Amino acid sequence: MQLLTDNLLFGIVLSLAAFEISLWLSRKTRLAFFNPLLISIFMVVAFLLATGVEEEVYQKGGQFINMFLGPATVALAVPLYKRLDQLKQHALAILSGILFGSAVSILSVVFLTMLFKLDHPVIMSMLPKSVTTPIGIELSRQMGGIVPITVMAIILTGITGAVLGPAVIRMARIKHKIAVGVALGTSAHAIGTTKAIEIGETEAAMSSLSIGIAGILTVLLAPWLYPMAAAFFSLIL
Amino acid sequence: MKLFRQAIIFFGIYLLGEWISKTFHLMVPGNILGLLILLGLLCSRRIKLEQVEDMAGFLLDHLAFFFIPAGVGILSIYTSIREIWPQLLLICIITTVITIAAAGKVTDAILSFQDTKKSKGGVRHAASDR
Repeated sequence: MQLLTDNLLFGIVLSLAAFEISLWLSRKTRLAFFNPLLISIFMVVAFLLATGVEEEVYQKGGQFINMFLGPATVALAVPLYKRLDQLKQHALAILSGILFGSAVSILSVVFLTMLFKLDHPVIMSMLPKSVTTPIGIELSRQMGGIVPITVMAIILTGITGAVLGPAVIRMARIKHKIAVGVALGTSAHAIGTTKAIEIGETEAAMSSLSIGIAGILTVLLAPWLYPMAAAFFSLIL
Repeated sequence: MKLFRQAIIFFGIYLLGEWISKTFHLMVPGNILGLLILLGLLCSRRIKLEQVEDMAGFLLDHLAFFFIPAGVGILSIYTSIREIWPQLLLICIITTVITIAAAGKVTDAILSFQDTKKSKGGVRHAASDR
């Protein structure tokens, strides 16, 4: 076993295998809870616990995979650029919705984490929960959060958005296709967008457009909105 | 070779973004600066879509794969969230529902307002795309 795990490729192969199996499982079951990333993480964790291989050993290879997170964020510019024309047509409505949604996400997270009296690093980890993972990881790290908590919160948020999204949209009487897409993309990033793809073309385009913009706006909002919100909520809680 | 050439663009722009962010002590992370730089280069047509499309596809089509090691990090911090995870789950669900309603409702209201303004003016565009 040691001969295998000494190699940097161990972590990479284990991740690839777990991801392949998870993709197959999620295609077979078509259940939102069978999110490929969530299942992959569980599988790698289960493998490490079962074999007694240290997490550090796995992360030697894992670092190489982490390395792609930065360039992947840069790549988000490409879908954004392709949808720029659609954005320009309804810029005011789309940008206002994403800005308001991102602000409400930050404020509601600060309120609830303070209500539950959670520690500062945990609050920082939860702040970027509605944005796409590469941006969320970076924001969490920068604000002093715990990255694995952020990753878990982002996945669970995405699944919540995909599962409850259509019902919330119906109850809130959100009617325009553009607004449905903005709602899903702003709140539940790429996982919410998979739901938007099922609903329709305009919804899908608007949802994927919202992912990048919500990420950028959250990064710009969080550093000053958080201290203001924390100061305010500490007065009333 | 095409992927290698395109990889240089993405890795180079990312490193440039990181460098700018660190050198000028900006609050904006380097990867977001990289995103904005690439968007700027695409809009000004200094980089053509074809020059970045394949690598972007490679990175984005299986984006979730790149987060596995970050998620597996949960192993080493599990003891610190063992007691609070029900709260964390509840926060995720409640705030997501609120955010969906907030973002959707504001966009919806502005689009409806623009619709009525347009129809009053007598010219009815398919602005709502309903």
